[in-house]
Amino acid sequence: MENAQTIKKDRPWLMRTYSGHSSAKASNELYRTNLAKGQTGLSVAFDLPTQTGYDSDHPLAYGEVGKVGVPISHIEDMDQLFEEIPLDKMNTSMTINAPTAWLMALYFGLAERRGIDLKLLNGTTQNDIVKEYLSRGTYIFPPGPSMRLTADTINYTVKNVPKWNPTNVCSYHLQEAGATPVQELAYALSTGIAVLDKVKESGEISPEDFPQVVGRISYFVNAGIRFVEEICKLRAFTELWDEITEKRYGVEDSKLRRFRYGVQVNSLGLTETQPENNVQRIVLEMLAVVLSKNARARAVQLPAWNEAMGLPRPWDQQWSLRIQQVLAYETDLLEYGDLFDGSPVIQEKVDALVAGAREEMSKVESQGGIIHAIESGYIKRELVNSHMQRLRAIESGDLKIIGINCFEETTDSPLTQGSDGGIMKVDPQAERDQIERLRAHKANRNQQEAEAALKGLEDTAKSDNNIMPAAIRCAQTGVTTGEWGNCLREVFGEFRPPTGIDISIQAKGNAEKIEQLRSRIKETVEAIGRPLKLLVGKPGLDGHSNGAEQIAVKARDVGFEVVYDGIRLTPQQIAQAAQEEGVHMVGLSILSGSHLELIKTVIEEMGNRDMKSTPVIAGGIIPVEDEKLLEGFGVKAVYTPKNFDMNAIMGDMVDIIRKSHGLEPYGNVV
Amino acid sequence: MIPLELPDPLQLAEAIVQGNRSAVANALNIIDNKRPEAKECSAQLLSALPQKKLLEEGHLIGITGPPGAGKSSLVSALIHIWRKAGVSIGVLAVDPSSRISGGALLGDRLRIKLPQFDEGLFIRSLASRGHLGGLASEVWPMGLVLLACFDLVIIETIGVGQTEIDIANVSDTVCYIAQPASGDSIQYLKSGVMEIPDVLVVNKSDLGTPAKKTARELTRCLVPPESQTDWSIPVHLVSASEGSGIEKLAQIFEEHRAWLSQANKLTSSRVEHQAAWGIKLLREEFGRHGLELVGGETTLLQQWTSHVASPLEIFEVFRKKILTHWKKI
Repeated sequence: MENAQTIKKDRPWLMRTYSGHSSAKASNELYRTNLAKGQTGLSVAFDLPTQTGYDSDHPLAYGEVGKVGVPISHIEDMDQLFEEIPLDKMNTSMTINAPTAWLMALYFGLAERRGIDLKLLNGTTQNDIVKEYLSRGTYIFPPGPSMRLTADTINYTVKNVPKWNPTNVCSYHLQEAGATPVQELAYALSTGIAVLDKVKESGEISPEDFPQVVGRISYFVNAGIRFVEEICKLRAFTELWDEITEKRYGVEDSKLRRFRYGVQVNSLGLTETQPENNVQRIVLEMLAVVLSKNARARAVQLPAWNEAMGLPRPWDQQWSLRIQQVLAYETDLLEYGDLFDGSPVIQEKVDALVAGAREEMSKVESQGGIIHAIESGYIKRELVNSHMQRLRAIESGDLKIIGINCFEETTDSPLTQGSDGGIMKVDPQAERDQIERLRAHKANRNQQEAEAALKGLEDTAKSDNNIMPAAIRCAQTGVTTGEWGNCLREVFGEFRPPTGIDISIQAKGNAEKIEQLRSRIKETVEAIGRPLKLLVGKPGLDGHSNGAEQIAVKARDVGFEVVYDGIRLTPQQIAQAAQEEGVHMVGLSILSGSHLELIKTVIEEMGNRDMKSTPVIAGGIIPVEDEKLLEGFGVKAVYTPKNFDMNAIMGDMVDIIRKSHGLEPYGNVV
Repeated sequence: MIPLELPDPLQLAEAIVQGNRSAVANALNIIDNKRPEAKECSAQLLSALPQKKLLEEGHLIGITGPPGAGKSSLVSALIHIWRKAGVSIGVLAVDPSSRISGGALLGDRLRIKLPQFDEGLFIRSLASRGHLGGLASEVWPMGLVLLACFDLVIIETIGVGQTEIDIANVSDTVCYIAQPASGDSIQYLKSGVMEIPDVLVVNKSDLGTPAKKTARELTRCLVPPESQTDWSIPVHLVSASEGSGIEKLAQIFEEHRAWLSQANKLTSSRVEHQAAWGIKLLREEFGRHGLELVGGETTLLQQWTSHVASPLEIFEVFRKKILTHWKKI
């Protein structure tokens, strides 16, 4: 064995864990623990009210505060989040999109308050609004003003915070929404083009400085379990971005054309059944982004093995960090050059992906670019379609998932036997504390200063000037996230998305089961006298609408009349819609962990409207012991990621409706 | 058969007039129900609704046009203005159904509704349910229930062929939304496939020249009114996405409603519409044969439009007559 001391190794990637919960204080403790364990950067997860520009006391924030991330309502929260963490030495990634300019303003404003030169700040903001429209759902403003805000943040950081990565174009969420590798390549790169075009068009950057802007654009990608294909996808990304930046933007310096990216490996393929298998899935997916030196990730964050069950605990996150450390420090991976250069098998696959992506990109371009293709509903439709194909392949068994549609037998896992069920719970008191903290902050600040700063923000928003200086002033005068959001909502308006569920009907899949379902529905309709009507909606702020959309499309396919009411609904709005539409069933989807509070309130609101007898079903990331609680509230069925058989769910739904009308249920769909 | 729980139609009608949303929802569910006892109940309910409201008050606006013309966004923008002015609104949004599964995705609600909770707006989505090229027969009675409760009723649907005629038969004001740079609307107008609407709108005026061109061509297709007291059909440019021209459109609707009252056309056209739909519903429930048992369609229509009683009472009378005939057979 050679002496390990003498071998020159590449520097490892940045190791982060996407985390944050309950409050700035609790998250700060977690960050400091993680850094002590050898994590080399921070990745801040914000809660949904923060991500959608609401304060913790807004009606839509109910039940969501501190759930999927940390609530940040004002500069004091930001200060507490980074207590005893030197901002000039840290590399901070913030997963924030629609309100990026605001969270940047709070971070930069805090740095200035601490007397730190902005030029020393290192970090990344996700700042990719496009994928919010397509899959993640935490948008606020329409595309036009949103792209302007993106351009403002890029222009500001390139000049004032030069080490900052202002935008991370995300293909991650495209894959979660069902994108194939070709679609992922095409839509992500088309988004990168839209961002650069917008910055160019703003005219704030001189042509000679433009290559620097190109060099600051980074990507945030996903890596799935088909890891050989994923290796090729990342090599294809590298080839295509080099070509685009050279040809379209004339960047001569090859370093500035480099495809720089961070990764969170795939959560979509993680399973709730036999959850320990997720560990090997995570390891294999990570290989896809670190094995090839020429397309290696600059920063990696891994999900935890139990993400499909609920929120990970600190120990679960530590396990994921250790996976990275073993690969970087114990193995010999970083001692070699690129392992795949010259491999004909790899190159052939890369070429095929590049060709496919070029074709799809030209389709997007011919529609006037990605923004137009989103507004027309084209991209959403393509993604919903791909996702549907994936689900059908799982149903039919063509796509194998261990523990889901094959090798289902298992011995009880000791990992999930603990008193906490193997996941973390957020204390409901955290929401009340946060609201009190917010109110105290508002009472203590200089009101006149805050109002003047908000007026300045409004005036800037209406002008062509860069929003950042006015936003930083707001941050420093104690303006809150909700006030920032409301001010700009007034100026810019709010976005209404195309749903993408208007895709054509498909009778493919298991035709017999579908026919059986259709005839069951027909019979039930005759008995009840009305077509079966279903309301599908997402209460709260969680924007992950893929599950709800798939249920809506499938229900339409078997003969339901489906009212799809979209995302970001208060329990009151859902109950009102159920009543106005006269539905036979309400289906709710929640992935943010706030299912207990929200679903309970929906059922109460329905009771207030004489709809006690209308059955409610729920789907999402819902821990087993919560299923019992939900049933106690009156929920008739709970579907989680382990229920992949859509025909079975549909059969179940028909039976639940039948029972609510005093009709005999049919039993399993066979 | 499981028993249907049906309320007392008279009490239900009263609750609707008083603005009880739960009663409105319940009434729409009953109208939607195909069971004979529900048909009976909805016939009684309709004739119990106050005739003054149904014949002389409120405003029924039909909005139609090709797919993708931006009808829902436009309706949403209009609602925003009306709600600010305190006008209460009932909406019927009709979406096509799949002929294969009978299922439907009713997505208009999502595009029409306001972001905030609002008790002054009531939206019911409806699938066309295989009524090829026509409006589902439930649309008419549902529109009346909404009219009895709300200041303004909007019926929104994709317009092709028969639907145009049907929508003209439920609305006081028919508004057609044309797609810029598409010759379809102009072809339809010229060939007479399309009923002439009361208001022509070209959406997406933010596109500039193509929208203006379409508006010019539409204007050229229209025949000028014969006398000064006739309604002169406006061709109006709007942009639902930018919010321009919407307030003016709301004003045009108001002007048309005022003109109908002034020209004494409101009540007479509502009576005609109700007769046409009454026959359509009877035909659907009892078939052509059923209609012939009480004298056939043309005779019916004549009796209907010349009769002194309210069309809904007549509907109820004819329904009873046919049922008695059936029983005799």
